[in-house]
Formats: sequence, structure tokens, C-alpha cells
Amino acid sequence: MALKPGKLIAVIGDEDTCIGFLLGGIGEVNKSRATNFMVVDKNTSIAEIEDTFRGFLKRNDIGIVLINQNVAEMIRHIIDSHVLPIPAVLEIPSKDCPYDPSKDSVLRRAKGMYTGDDFK
Amino acid sequence: MSDKDRLNVFPSRMALAIIKARLKGAQKGHSLLKKKADALTMRFRSILKKIIDTKQEVGEVMKSAQFSLAEAKFTCGDISHLILQNVTKAAVKVKSKKENVVGVTLPIFESYQDGGDTYELTGLARGGQQIDKAKKSYGRAIILLVELASLQTSFITLDEVIKITNRRVNAIEHVIIPKIERTLAYISSELDERDREEFYRLKKVQEKKKKIKAQDEALKKKRAEESGETEDAPSIFDTFPDPDIVFD
Repeated sequence: MALKPGKLIAVIGDEDTCIGFLLGGIGEVNKSRATNFMVVDKNTSIAEIEDTFRGFLKRNDIGIVLINQNVAEMIRHIIDSHVLPIPAVLEIPSKDCPYDPSKDSVLRRAKGMYTGDDFK
Repeated sequence: MSDKDRLNVFPSRMALAIIKARLKGAQKGHSLLKKKADALTMRFRSILKKIIDTKQEVGEVMKSAQFSLAEAKFTCGDISHLILQNVTKAAVKVKSKKENVVGVTLPIFESYQDGGDTYELTGLARGGQQIDKAKKSYGRAIILLVELASLQTSFITLDEVIKITNRRVNAIEHVIIPKIERTLAYISSELDERDREEFYRLKKVQEKKKKIKAQDEALKKKRAEESGETEDAPSIFDTFPDPDIVFD
């Protein structure tokens, strides 16, 4: 897979997560005014998240998609059906939801190789 | 199944040699693939270990990053709109390199700085220090997350490749090699059968020849008796009295 250098990191998450990573300097607005982040609040519908996530997967300038775990839970079926290595989908903890390794779609694959103690 | 399931070849010595070569090739391929699968599994396990370690680290770094963001928000009020509106160009991007593990290319992400800080002046009035701290801690989190992403990508790729390799190893071990062995057994049994047939045929021919010879002999004897002649034809080397021609 030939990758051009300079891929973006996309974020889907609550306001604080997005702001944090934007402060870290990953935000970008392209020519068609499309952003590489999405702020999810309690008024955001699941369909919107799904659309944005699918859009991120389709864009070929995105290398990594960061997604809050509570948001990932809402669109779990899409994340599970994404099997390609690029873009890599990473689940990150959010402010009000601590990280639960048993829900992570990648770590669930690793189940059976390691016992639950290793995940703690 | 066991007897019928074999390669479709004509049982000859030539085919036997070819199939033997194939068996050798299959065994060689099997051992090579097995080695590959072992190497991949080793790599896979080390990556898994690293993923788990990094995930723990990310959890801690994210916690401190969120805390520093809360601090920044506390000192300079609500800055979220300012930040969400001010997005222009990404300052942190990822490069991808490739790493080769026994013929499998694994993508490795690497983050790098590209362009200046967009939020240089954010928090100029107050809370600049806290915002700076938040920026730094999120920067650290991003570096870690990028590392985690490349580990995870390798993990997924390796998982897939290991499955394929194991499938091949099992296919060779349980399908291809037994099939070739059955074919070999079939060819050698067929060749043995043909040997026995040939031996029997030769014996039969000899028997027949003997019979014909005996018949001929009997016929000759009978004729000789009838004509009263000796068995042997007259020869010039035999001594018999010549009549004297000159003095008589």
C-alpha cells in the first residue's frame, strides 16, 4: 500500500476530547470546508455519527481515526465491519467514561491469548 | 475417499519419479511455511504485549491531558468555540513507513510536525500557561496514540496473515501430502501388478514353446520311422568306403 506522506488524524468524540486534540494540532479544514473532527453531544443522532465515520474511512488523506469509546459503542457494527488496516481506528477513553478494554474491537480479537489480568 | 482421492496420473515409472519430486517439494514447502508461521506468531505476541502496555500508558496520559484541559478551561473560561472555529491546517500529521516481517509488509505510522501552531495566541489574555500545558500533554497523547495505531495496524495485518499461513500449512499437511502419498501407493501397486502379469505371460509363452517343440519332435520321429532313414542327414565328414575308380 503506497501511502503519500502526511496523513491526517481524525477525531470523533465529545467536545472536550475534540478540543484537546485540536489544541494538540491535528485539526484541518480542507478546501471544501470539510473538517477532520466531529463533536458529538447528546443531540447528535447515531445516523450522523455513522455518516461521518464512513466519510472518514472513505477519505484517503486520513491515516488514523480516533473515536471515543462511548461513541464507538453506538456505531459498533460499523467499526467491527471495518477490517482494513488503514485507516486505523483507535478507541480512546473520554472524560466521563473510563476505558473498558473488554469492549475494544481489537482487544476482543486478542481474547484467549491473554487472560483478563493483562488488560488491567 | 481414501482410495479414490488421488492425483489423476497414468501409472508409469516416469509419473512415479515426477510424483516423488512433488512429494519432496510439498514437504519442503510445508516446513518453510511452518517456520514462517512460527516467526509471525512470535512477532504477533510481542506486538500484543506492546499494545497492552501502550494502552495502559495512553489511559494515564489521557487522564492527565484531560485534567490539564480542565485547568485551562477553568482559568480562561470557555475557549471551545474559539478553538473549534480557528481550525485551519493540521500541525501534526502522520507519515507511514513499511516494515518487512518474513515477507509481510507492516505499515508503521510516525507523527511529525508540519507547519506552525495555529493556537499561538489563544489564551493570550489569561490562562496562556495552562493552555500551553494542555497543548503539551495532548501532544504527548497524540504521539502515543500514533504509536498505538501503528501497533494496532500491524496487529490486524499480522492476524490476517497468520490465519492464511496456518490455513496453508494445514492444507499441505492434511490434504496435499496424503493425496500425493496415495498417488504414490497407487502407482507402485499398479507397477507391481504389471510386473506380475509380465512374469506370468513369459511363463505362459515358454510353456507354449515347449509344447510346440515337443510336437515337432514327435512328428520328425514318426517320419523317420516311416522312411527308414536315420535321423541324421549324410555328411561329407562321415567316413564311408569310396569305390576305387582307377584300379579295379
